Amino acid sequence: MDEIKLLKLIEKDARISVRDLADVLNESESDVLDQISKLEQQQIICGYHTVINWDKAHNETVSALIEVGATPSKETGYDAIAEKIYRYPEVTTMYLMSGKSEFIVVINGKTMRQVADFVAQKLAPIEGVHRTETYFVLKQYKVEGVVVLSKPNEDKRLIVTP
Amino acid sequence: MSKYVNETIKKIAPSGIRKFFDLANQMEDVVSLGVGEPDFETPWHIRQEAIYAIEHGYTFYTSNRGLDALRQEICKYYQRRFSLSYNWKEEVIVTVGASEGIDLTFRTILNPQDEVILLQPSYVAYEPLVTLAGGVSKIIELKEEHQFKLLPEQLEAAITDKTKILFLNFPSNPTGGIMTYEDYKALIPIIKKHDLLVLSDEIYAELSYDQTFVSIASFEEIKNQVIILNGFSKAYAMTGWRLGYLLAPRDIVTHMIKIHQYGIMCPSTISQYAAVEALKYGDNDCKMHKDSFEARRNFLVNNLNRIGLTCHMPQGAFYVFPSIKNTGLSSEEFAERLLQEQRVAVVPGSAFGTCGQGYIRISYAYSLNQLKEAIKRMERFMQQFNL
Ligand SMILES: Cc1ncc(COP(=O)(O)O)c(C=O)c1O
Repeated sequence: MDEIKLLKLIEKDARISVRDLADVLNESESDVLDQISKLEQQQIICGYHTVINWDKAHNETVSALIEVGATPSKETGYDAIAEKIYRYPEVTTMYLMSGKSEFIVVINGKTMRQVADFVAQKLAPIEGVHRTETYFVLKQYKVEGVVVLSKPNEDKRLIVTP
Repeated sequence: MSKYVNETIKKIAPSGIRKFFDLANQMEDVVSLGVGEPDFETPWHIRQEAIYAIEHGYTFYTSNRGLDALRQEICKYYQRRFSLSYNWKEEVIVTVGASEGIDLTFRTILNPQDEVILLQPSYVAYEPLVTLAGGVSKIIELKEEHQFKLLPEQLEAAITDKTKILFLNFPSNPTGGIMTYEDYKALIPIIKKHDLLVLSDEIYAELSYDQTFVSIASFEEIKNQVIILNGFSKAYAMTGWRLGYLLAPRDIVTHMIKIHQYGIMCPSTISQYAAVEALKYGDNDCKMHKDSFEARRNFLVNNLNRIGLTCHMPQGAFYVFPSIKNTGLSSEEFAERLLQEQRVAVVPGSAFGTCGQGYIRISYAYSLNQLKEAIKRMERFMQQFNL
């Protein structure tokens, strides 16, 4: 079975049924199911999430992208500092980066106050962290490959053509 | 006022697809599987180049043969993808879609009563264009049991002393059939023996799924008897840009250019700039489009077989051409009732030639969700036949 094809299909639509996957990949349903379980066990598939436009859901949230400058400790390198940061549930995404800052951290909060408190009280005091720079998100245009449009894409083609 | 109209034109029947379009177009809530163009929008980087051309005033005529840069890229593309070399200065014309290339070729080549071998079921434009150019169409009926391939004995039987052109279109609209290297190889001695000119409409070349595409021009011994017709519509999702090209021996191009220069001058300059970008940086777009079509093909064919519309896995283009003979209906009846009863639009196979009777053309240039909804409706429709 073409594992990459399978992954790309689920990446685009996590709700696609096993039967549809089997049809698309020209495989049996049981083989597809086995393969998915294997990918989950291997932690190649790490979760199934939904892209939500919270702005439209009348549920105000704030997101911020935070650059974190950090100095690694001799023994444990960057990973130990990273763990101290990403363990907080407010952190939704975290990367080790090349460039000026060591980490990029994305956090979600209910209000700006909450985000600011998180940075001041939780993030900045962590040992090894020497600088933070917080950027608040003003508007989402595209998330996970999806353009967060207000209207769905219409089919602009004629209904029957040769 | 039709008394003014040319007699040949009067005799040409309106397209069967057109009739069906009018019917489907007045209905609400129709799920269409009737479209012969990709559902993708043209890739953004290609559109961006057209915008750039407009903004910077690249809005003048180009040379009759088309932009130098575009012809160079076309030749590089055929070299890179299909290992065929053509001289960009002498052997290429950029046309208004493959459509113009087809018309241009017939008009350049045919004398009155010259015969053109067409393989049906076929794309709807070929036969009328032969008639308009004063030629006579000789139809070979391709068979489902041969996966809609052309067999050497069929070709041999269709040749007369008036035969001038063999017209090929693989991967095929509407059958999705292809020809492999081996399939072509068996035809080459016949083409050579009868000195036929081969027109090869390769517009679906990039949409070949299980086998790599082979052009008949790859056979060195007949390459100077082949005219390749291609375009940007299907591979790059650029149907509305109206841009195509032909590759042909120099001595033929010299004469073709006369019709093209007086009738057309040159295709849209803006489209040509966009096409340069497509050929330079669009290989990955083609690949993405192809992968997506392949997934939909598998999905559709597996589901059609499940609901009793049995068909082979077509190897190219984006069409399935299942038989509906077991329903006892004609193609037109089937398509019309499917539309009336379940609001699904497909094209009757008979629109692609009389031998398309008993088949329908289903396009899979639709999202999986659209295909799914269509399958649901078609399943309900099929239940009445107790198959
Ligand atoms: C087989 C075939 N040839 C040619 C064409 C015309 O293509 P173009 O848009 O390049 O004129 C089509 C369009 O549907 C086609 O299916």
